[in-house]
Amino acid sequence: MALLQISEPGMSTEPHQHRLAVGIDLGTTNSLVATVRNGVPQCLQDDEGKTLLPSIVHYLPDGHIAVGRKAQAALAIDPRNTIASVKRFMGRGLKDVSHVETMPYDFVDAEGMVRLRTVQGVKSPVEVSAEILRDLRIRAERSLGGELTGAVITVPAYFDDAQRQATKDAARLAGLNVLRLLNEPTAAAIAYGLENASEGVYAVYDLGGGTFDISILRLSRGVFEVVATNGDASLGGDDFDHRLFCWMLENASISLPSDRDSRRLLIKAREVKERLTLDESVPVRMTLESGDEVDLVVHRDVFVDITRNLVSKTLKPVRKALRDAGLEPGDVKGVVMVGGATRMPHVQQMVGEFFGQPPLTNLDPDTVVAIGAAMQANVLAGNRAAEEEWLLLDVIPLSLGIETMGGLVEKIIPRNATIPTARAQDFTTFKDGQTAMVCHVVQGERELVSACRSLARFELRGIPPMVAGAARIRVTFQVDADGLLSVSAREQTTGIEARVEVKPSYGLADHEIADMLKSGFEHARDDMEARSLKEQQVEAERVLEATERALLADSGLLDAAERAALDAAMGALRDAAAGQDVRTIKIQLENFNRASNEFASRRMDKSIRGALAGHKIEDLRL
Amino acid sequence: MLDLKQDYFALFGLPVSFDVDMARLEQAYLDIQAKVHPDRFAHMPDVDKRLSMQWATHANEAFRTLKTPLARGQYLLELQGVDPAFETNTAMSPDFLMEQMEWREALGEAREAADEDTLEELGQRLRASSRELVARLASALDERQDLALAADTVRRLKFLEKLQHEINDALTALES
Repeated sequence: MALLQISEPGMSTEPHQHRLAVGIDLGTTNSLVATVRNGVPQCLQDDEGKTLLPSIVHYLPDGHIAVGRKAQAALAIDPRNTIASVKRFMGRGLKDVSHVETMPYDFVDAEGMVRLRTVQGVKSPVEVSAEILRDLRIRAERSLGGELTGAVITVPAYFDDAQRQATKDAARLAGLNVLRLLNEPTAAAIAYGLENASEGVYAVYDLGGGTFDISILRLSRGVFEVVATNGDASLGGDDFDHRLFCWMLENASISLPSDRDSRRLLIKAREVKERLTLDESVPVRMTLESGDEVDLVVHRDVFVDITRNLVSKTLKPVRKALRDAGLEPGDVKGVVMVGGATRMPHVQQMVGEFFGQPPLTNLDPDTVVAIGAAMQANVLAGNRAAEEEWLLLDVIPLSLGIETMGGLVEKIIPRNATIPTARAQDFTTFKDGQTAMVCHVVQGERELVSACRSLARFELRGIPPMVAGAARIRVTFQVDADGLLSVSAREQTTGIEARVEVKPSYGLADHEIADMLKSGFEHARDDMEARSLKEQQVEAERVLEATERALLADSGLLDAAERAALDAAMGALRDAAAGQDVRTIKIQLENFNRASNEFASRRMDKSIRGALAGHKIEDLRL
Repeated sequence: MLDLKQDYFALFGLPVSFDVDMARLEQAYLDIQAKVHPDRFAHMPDVDKRLSMQWATHANEAFRTLKTPLARGQYLLELQGVDPAFETNTAMSPDFLMEQMEWREALGEAREAADEDTLEELGQRLRASSRELVARLASALDERQDLALAADTVRRLKFLEKLQHEINDALTALES
């Protein structure tokens, strides 16, 4: 008789339990959402059959918010309230943003992150991005016919902690459960590598609308290992448009165009750039509001001339990444091109010359990131069997450190460290009797604090008074699988524990998110409490389901008393989830987590032993 | 029960020794990550997620330590209760101090002159020196059990590593 099969706990689900999960490419210029349906990854379309959503948000005086093509139509009419390329502002202060002078926005230089004053009030880039994500969430829920379990959101590999945190905040604000922040080149590598069964060292050259990434990956069966990554978080296709825009102003002898004229010229510049991919020359004829006439012909040679050094600029991070990986250009087996800007012939040519081989362009540079993210979301949601899963090992792009005396940076976690990772370092006091110390957390490669990005500043208090240099304060950095940092500090010598958890200062505090959720006009109609109750009930259900599956496979790890205690905690949680009180469910979830901790540890233990059991026992006795 | 305090060699099922079978180390690392990586637990309860992050972090740190000769040598010394004391130990041999000065001078001059070829060449000489020291470290730890010699060699390697970083930084600076 055939034996019935029981799957490994948490590793696979029955077909009817397929969880709805999506990958979202939140791009500077366009955004997309994709999912895996019946085993096939595909981009989801809007009502008009379009997959690309222009990353543009228009705030109207009547309180409406238009996103995408509708907003695009307003770009030149209502430039101040129509926000494009908002990704460039994520986690950034005003001084970090390039070309501010030619942007038509009313900037507010708020602490941490720049804000934009619109007809609907001051908006944070996080809120603007959330509108784009919300649009895609609704598109996905309509298309898939149900609520999403979670989403993988892609970010440029070279995004620092503040930019990652801002992206995650935007997703939360859009009502998405973030399964993972995934680096864009890594997402592309998954889609490309699985499609082509690639093995060996690959480079992913990702030139998007506003960001550039280079990642060097080692692909082998079922493993995607990022060896090194580098990039420029403010260099992209937008900059090519901007060069052309400046060239047009100069050659049409226009000195100070109005906001609307600027917008129209920029839109024209992008159009010309795109047409030059196929055409040798493109005529530009426009009459501006000012009455100025533009009558020019742009030849491809001219465009190449004025933008060649932008392409050269991308090759510097490429060289750095190769050096960090300990590789030469010739060691790379293939160069995968990602991002719409890699369609430009001179980009392909110069990258090809650098690597000594023509780059791989047999995939759609616009959709490959979203497709890879969808495939990863499908795995993270638990929709694939364990043996069909792949292992993804990614790295942090920039070193993390702490300020020491003299404004110098002591690096604690170096760039290209595989995540998740944690490192600790001991520091001491500078003065006799010092009872507090300031920890200033920074990210970057430079030695001077002032040249790095400031992430957070916090105080450790309650250090017992001692002579200078006697205290031992251990600062621990933990970077999770999303590439997000948390820091804690503890005084060691006396056993007194003064512990602080910090969130980077660029991130929004939980109460800020809550306020934004409440003030969002869409959510004002939603019943916030009902929403919160639903979330907790779903969480309780998820936890109970996962534990039941685990008990089916591993109940032998518990003795009768332990089993009874766990059953009791499960029963209490089930009862709470059946009720209507959010707080009770939360409390029971916490109780349950405590009660199941031992069981979870033993299962992990068994799983790791299982991993090692694959090795021959005699090998181990040396 | 396995715990996060067990030594890195035990975690990967390897004998405690400086000489490590890299292929086996890598395979054991990947096998363990395949079980503990947070991507496997994204849909699981928080308690599993937390455990997963701890274990994956531990496995990454263990792999990094055993993969590179300097970190591995230093770790083996730590396991035997020897602190190489990079900052405080002044009992360095005069010949090594002399050598340090020569390296530093050569690096300073090449950096000053923006001489890429010399920097590359210095890097190569440095790598050759490192290989010799790694061989010495292997013999000190695995054959002679000479912990003092091992600690001295680890200190020298540490110095060469710092220098290598400086050369790389200088080369990067020349490019930009």
